[in-house]
Amino acid sequence: MNFILGIVISSIAVTIVVLIPLLGVGAWNLYTLFGIIIPYAAMATFFGGIVVKVIGWGRSPVPFRIPTTAGQQWTLPWIKPNPVDNPKNTAGAVVRMVFEILTFRSLFRNTRIEYRRTEGGPKLDYEWEKWLWLAALVFHYCFLVIFLRHFRFFLEPVPGFVTLLETLDGFMQMGVLPFNGLGLPSVYLTDMLVMLALTYLLLRRIYIHQARYISLPADYFPLFLLLALGTTGLLMRYFLRVDITAVKELVIGLFRFSPDPKILGGIGVLFYIHLFIVCVLIAYFPFSKLMHFAGIFLSPTRNLSNNSRFVRHTNPWNYPVATHTYEEYEDDFRDAMIEAGLPVEKGAESTGETEEAESGEKE
Amino acid sequence: MPQAIAKAQKTPFIQLLAAGENPRMDLENLLIDNRSNIIRKWRELILASYPEGTQRFLAKEKSRFANPVGHVIDRDIETLFDELVKGEGIDKISSCLDNIIRIRAVQDFKPSHAISFVLGLKKVVREELEGSPVENGLWGQLQAFETRVDDVVLLAFDIFSQCRQKICDIRVNEVKNQVGRLLERANLVCEIPDSEAGL
Amino acid sequence: MADTPKPEELARIDYLPPLFRGWMNEPAEIRPGIYCYASKPKNLEYVDMPNPREWNPVVDDWKLPDNWQEIILDGIRERLEKFRSFKLFMDICVRCGACADKCHFFIGSGDPKNMPVLRAELLRSVYRRNFTVGGKIFGILAGARELTEDVLKELWYYLYQCTECRRCSLFCPYGIDTAEITIMGRELTNLLGLNIDWIAAPVANCYRTGNHLGIQPHAYKDMLDFFTDEIEEITGIKVDPSFNRKGAEILFITPSGDVFADPGTYTCMGYMMLFHYLQEQGLDITWSTYASEGGNFGYFTSHEMAKRLNAKMYAEAKRLGVKWILGGECGHMWRVLNQYMDTWNGPPDFLEEPVSPITGTKFENAKTTKMVHITEFTADLIKNNRLKLDPSRNDHHIMTYHDSCNTARGMGLFEEPRYVINNVCNNFYEMPLETIREQTFCCGSGAGLNAGEDMELRMRGGLPRANAVKHVHEKNGVNMLACICAIDRAVLPTLMEYWVPEVNVTGVHELVGNALVFEGEGERTTDLRGEPLAGMEEEEDV
Repeated sequence: MNFILGIVISSIAVTIVVLIPLLGVGAWNLYTLFGIIIPYAAMATFFGGIVVKVIGWGRSPVPFRIPTTAGQQWTLPWIKPNPVDNPKNTAGAVVRMVFEILTFRSLFRNTRIEYRRTEGGPKLDYEWEKWLWLAALVFHYCFLVIFLRHFRFFLEPVPGFVTLLETLDGFMQMGVLPFNGLGLPSVYLTDMLVMLALTYLLLRRIYIHQARYISLPADYFPLFLLLALGTTGLLMRYFLRVDITAVKELVIGLFRFSPDPKILGGIGVLFYIHLFIVCVLIAYFPFSKLMHFAGIFLSPTRNLSNNSRFVRHTNPWNYPVATHTYEEYEDDFRDAMIEAGLPVEKGAESTGETEEAESGEKE
Repeated sequence: MPQAIAKAQKTPFIQLLAAGENPRMDLENLLIDNRSNIIRKWRELILASYPEGTQRFLAKEKSRFANPVGHVIDRDIETLFDELVKGEGIDKISSCLDNIIRIRAVQDFKPSHAISFVLGLKKVVREELEGSPVENGLWGQLQAFETRVDDVVLLAFDIFSQCRQKICDIRVNEVKNQVGRLLERANLVCEIPDSEAGL
Repeated sequence: MADTPKPEELARIDYLPPLFRGWMNEPAEIRPGIYCYASKPKNLEYVDMPNPREWNPVVDDWKLPDNWQEIILDGIRERLEKFRSFKLFMDICVRCGACADKCHFFIGSGDPKNMPVLRAELLRSVYRRNFTVGGKIFGILAGARELTEDVLKELWYYLYQCTECRRCSLFCPYGIDTAEITIMGRELTNLLGLNIDWIAAPVANCYRTGNHLGIQPHAYKDMLDFFTDEIEEITGIKVDPSFNRKGAEILFITPSGDVFADPGTYTCMGYMMLFHYLQEQGLDITWSTYASEGGNFGYFTSHEMAKRLNAKMYAEAKRLGVKWILGGECGHMWRVLNQYMDTWNGPPDFLEEPVSPITGTKFENAKTTKMVHITEFTADLIKNNRLKLDPSRNDHHIMTYHDSCNTARGMGLFEEPRYVINNVCNNFYEMPLETIREQTFCCGSGAGLNAGEDMELRMRGGLPRANAVKHVHEKNGVNMLACICAIDRAVLPTLMEYWVPEVNVTGVHELVGNALVFEGEGERTTDLRGEPLAGMEEEEDV
């Protein structure tokens, strides 16, 4: 699978995802299917799939304690340990996980700042190589904020934190962007940033040789899908408005398991495209690499403390194995050991001639 | 040491050039003017000998510790080029070549591929000089320059062979280290004692 | 290789990039200098490993059993159920590429299949095809591929180009550890009898004689007697190590490399001198010929084999009735001791919590395994002023220190060896930060790859390490590289000989042995290697 093929195939797949509701709703008016049945099916797949997957992971035990230690161990009292990067107990491991999950710490470690290059002489130069970390962080946080902002459509009355988020998120635009007076709603910072971050993550895959070499269609597909999701969302918000009241009524109905089919027809097709992309995304979720969001919590190199020398770790499937016992060893070498003055368990007389011959032969 | 280089060392390149000509038109100045272009293209040519998934890493990663291969190529072809143009410093040429070839000798290259990057310079220089007016002497200077490149290829061949020989040697030495003590102890080897110094 | 290339091919250096092919369709070419020789059947038979036979990686027919695919797939299934790490790491990689340029083999070779993510993808592609819904339906689109003989060979080739150093795991946002994947992959190849002999032979030897080299007990004792003579010759001190002694307080276990291979032998002399020095302060320690190997090449074969070899340590401690165990300088030995031993073969109820008989310090961090690292032990002695040291005896060395991967990223032992070095040497310089401590670069020869036939692989894998050494050599005049790993001591001299010939390699306790001042000893003129001390060069010549 080469990268061009990978990109072409995933973009075709995403185009099809967009076309399905366009035809289904726009041409054939299958409102109930796209407004009610598919969302329910997708949600069921999402939750069911994640539960199955996580339980599947959880069913496999952690036989050994294998944290990757990235700092000084806890040892003699006068040596300063690194309680986060080399956690001694669960508290340390929790802190490590919090850093990992909230700040993508390992990814941050990935990068270097300073470099030295010779162009007719040594020269100090700087390059900020934290773009991957930054883009990943921006994408995930913006996505979270956007997701939370969508609670406006899920809950009535709108919870306070949603309004607060909206205010914070929209603070940039007032008076800054000229088209505020043209009837456009406030521009959310996160909307822009999420698209930028996604674009960077996509370009990076194409532009950086190593990333291109390792990328699969399964890497491009979610990126294209998210870009399409963002684009339809932006279109709806800023340019081709749909009936928000009806949308909210539908979504609240869906969450109360009593959607009202009558309102389906009043919402523009763009909404259905947006909704269908969401459905595809969440249905695809449990079967894809996107499961990393749950996997990180279970990662044994990160969530375990490095305490196996002072707290016994047990392996549920530990089983007895054949070993070469001392008795067998002594039987093999007794005479030589006696001759060399090494202590033995049994006297020399118990050795047979055959064993002596054998040990000589094997050597 | 190849003879031609030895000779060139005695006669600096600049003195080989016809005296009295327009100094801007001699090859050395042309090469100096186009230095960064030539080096860039030469470097690209060398990087192109690595697999596609690797080239950008070698080209982009600037830390000399995270990317020793790219760093050595970067640094040493510059020096190599400068020394070639000046026509001096066989030692410097040798050590630059050694740095690059020592690495290529343990990478997935055939011997010819490992050292052919030197010849790549001829190609780059010719391309770079294309369109420059062919004046009296320039052609001859180019030939002289290329002869020197050829000599450096021979030097590269020597260095490559030395590196490969070294690998064979260290294989043997390592085995000796691993069991040497044992053989010595088992009286299987008998060393002639060092003669007393000062006697 | 036999085909003579045409002249124009010879001159051509531009290499057509496989832009349009992708990695899945390029079978690996198994190259001399990179692969290690195949395991010999006798070594597999001795430890009852499956499918022993004569085979050769570069001959097309690997003589695989007829149902080899079934064996591999069943093996994967079994390991998915047994190891959460494996199951998780097969599923959650997003191929972000953060690990790509962190592998010393990738950095040194430029072979893109040496990127950790790709090494793992080789196995993941097989996993997806056989164990995931997406892979079964979408095949190559989901990054899945059939397990063919070519795929198996590629997998084998690259699994034995990984030193399980875990550097990639440090940078992975999900902590995916390629070492873990390599360990599983090597277990799978071992189901088909596809080990390398450099691992299989030490395993068989260690099983039978207690150490990797297959040294019999009397020869082991003999070697230490030999060192006793050498130490006496240099220092005038007569040490007297004891062996297999019941009732001793402490059992000492170190890698056998220290006993037989230079320059590890000097480190061994260092241990012997330290123990002798402490004798009158109350140290009661014994060596064992049965548990005479700290290292564990079983760990490079399978968890089971590692456990079988490791079992000797506790068994011997129990037989001799010691109170606790002291472990020598070794890398993967300590990853095994730290993260596996107690789980496999514990609990060692018959031992006591380790307490230093000299200083009374309780080693609380070794409360359940009952095994203490010798640099922890020595650092504690120095801190408590129990050693008289003359660091100027190491003045002819300008030191730097290489963190072994396993004690760094599988344990976190950073300060103890540095503390010891700084107390026994006067000249110490660190290598650049991004090449030491948790970010340390591998020697390029770990995990059983320190054979002779794969020298090119080792040299390029060790390039990032050597490059950093070269830097401090040029900048600070460093001429000695210290380490706490027997494989390092065996392979770093070779690496240095190729890249930085001016630098030698030593264990930390060789330096301790040099610096240790015994009561009433005469002035030393040479170090343990018989090389003149700083300021003594003249007297040597006279």
